[in-house]
Amino acid sequence: MNVSRPFRLVATLALAASFVLAGCSDDQKSDKADHTHDQVEIHVSDAWVKAADSGMTAAFATLENDSEKALTITKVTSDASSDTQLHETVTAADHSSMMQEVKDGFTLEPDRMLMLEPGGNHIMLMDLKKPLLPGDEVTFTLHFDDGSAQDFTAVVKEFEGANESYESHGKKH
Amino acid sequence: MKAMEKSTDSSFVSRRRLLTTGAAVGAGAVVGVSLDRALASTPETVVSLHGAERIAFHGKHQAGIATEPAAQVSFLAFDLADGSDKSTLVRLMRLTSNSAARLTQGDPALADTEPELARKPSRLTVTFGFGPRFIKLAGGVAPSWLKPLPSFSTDELQDQWSGGDFVVQVSAEDPVAVSHAVRVLSKDIRSFGTLRWRQDGFRHAASTVKTGTTMRNLFGQVDGTVNPIPGTKEFSAAVWADKGWWAGGTSLVLRRIAMDLDTWDPVSRLGREEAMGRRLSNGAPLTGTREHDEPDLEAKDALGLEVIAPYAHIRRAQTDDPTQVIFRRPYNYDIAPSGDSTSNSGLLFASFQADVDHQFVPIQQRLAELDMLNEWTTAIGSAVFVIPPGCEPGGFIGDSLLG
Ligand code: HEM
Ligand SMILES: [Cu+2]
Repeated sequence: MNVSRPFRLVATLALAASFVLAGCSDDQKSDKADHTHDQVEIHVSDAWVKAADSGMTAAFATLENDSEKALTITKVTSDASSDTQLHETVTAADHSSMMQEVKDGFTLEPDRMLMLEPGGNHIMLMDLKKPLLPGDEVTFTLHFDDGSAQDFTAVVKEFEGANESYESHGKKH
Repeated sequence: MKAMEKSTDSSFVSRRRLLTTGAAVGAGAVVGVSLDRALASTPETVVSLHGAERIAFHGKHQAGIATEPAAQVSFLAFDLADGSDKSTLVRLMRLTSNSAARLTQGDPALADTEPELARKPSRLTVTFGFGPRFIKLAGGVAPSWLKPLPSFSTDELQDQWSGGDFVVQVSAEDPVAVSHAVRVLSKDIRSFGTLRWRQDGFRHAASTVKTGTTMRNLFGQVDGTVNPIPGTKEFSAAVWADKGWWAGGTSLVLRRIAMDLDTWDPVSRLGREEAMGRRLSNGAPLTGTREHDEPDLEAKDALGLEVIAPYAHIRRAQTDDPTQVIFRRPYNYDIAPSGDSTSNSGLLFASFQADVDHQFVPIQQRLAELDMLNEWTTAIGSAVFVIPPGCEPGGFIGDSLLG
């Protein structure tokens, strides 16, 4: 889902306020590995991955385009899986939902936020190389259409919410 | 209890004193009511909401120790799964520190299934501590005092309230904030171990009394008068450890102390005050008039008896040794009674000190030997934890042990 500018402004203000009130830096918002590649224009926050022993799982985050131009994420790679895809969730008339790969990638207009969240758009990790245990950290690289790339780190969490079963669901792709 | 029935008769208090203390007996009760009315009719000028108030998570020390105690607390102790090793514990602390850092600032945890409940932290603090087995599994060096307390003659410890490998103290003004944080943290922890015990406690609700007012326990006593003051040199010396990986941290002794309200009931006000050495009205020592007056332990009454009795709790608990001081941060508990009892109440006696053996044990030893309060109080739970120092953004609690 793309969230419009006013919403993002509000969120940014709230963050600024929390900074002042708490007198403490707002570390959780900015992932350490944010700035490994040069042209960093996407702000990644709230990144996490659903724990799984094997097979498939999904990663979620909030991505904000801080640049002046539209950016398309064409591909995501990760150290946890050799096949990482961009997925969307589509809901049929009978309310059943299904995930499918977004072949053209996600385009982020300037000053927009893209929420990757359970039941919505997400990063799909096929065929995990090893179990992802709660508290592990997974590194992802976002690849953009202009050839640039950007890393971020996501923490692994146990998650039962939103009736997500990426394992069985994923097999239908 | 004979010594307590001395004949200084408290029923002949001057009317004036009744007025100021509002003692709830006979005419005093009437006076008390009208005083209450008078207070209630005073217009409240400042109404402030506490929901948005935040206490920093990161820093040199963990929050929830030197910070002003909030109204509600939950202590949770977990037993870690067999086979846990250092890397397991790194994952545990990374996860729980991350959730705590977010929730205390009013941000939903990652994968928070009830994010709306995170928005009003109301001075939420989350404080982590390690038991002996945690350090062993981590392959680290434990402080020499990190072990169960010696057993005291007055103890009747129950397993269900004692021990534990990993403790989490969650505190906030709003019970909803505490509940949500406990839920989130319990979900983070469940793949690492099992809940051993949970102990919930409370103090006066926010805005009930002025910030900084000494709390009252369920015996009605002003509890916490003589205590190091956070921010002072005395406090730092008493509480913060200065060596080892736990430098900047401290120790937590959590004693669950049952207070028998049913046998306390028949005790006269005079008897109650003598047992403590302090007045119930305002916590003043029996030799003084105001809460913070210095008790005069030498003072004698007309019969030549010590005004503050030899068995009074404060005489037995006090020390001249400035290095033997502990920081008490108690909470009341009050849960459903069983059997014939009409109460199941007491104190979550939490105390923080740099060195348990040097500071806590001698005081507890003296109290076990002699303390009138033992008549109505029984330690039924006991646990000791090392509280690691705080962490910086990007780090996690315990990184000086696990990093
Ligand atoms: C249910 C059990 C207990 C109750 C109800 C209780 C209550 C009190 C009260 C009302 C005071 C006087 C006011 C104050 O200075 O806070 C006091 C003082 C004190 N208590 Fe306790 N207490 C209990 C257990 C303990 C235990 C287990 C310890 C330590 C092992 C302890 C250590 C102290 C100390 C150090 C003082 C201050 C003494 C001074 O220097 O004046 N108390 N307690
Ligand atoms: Cu998918």
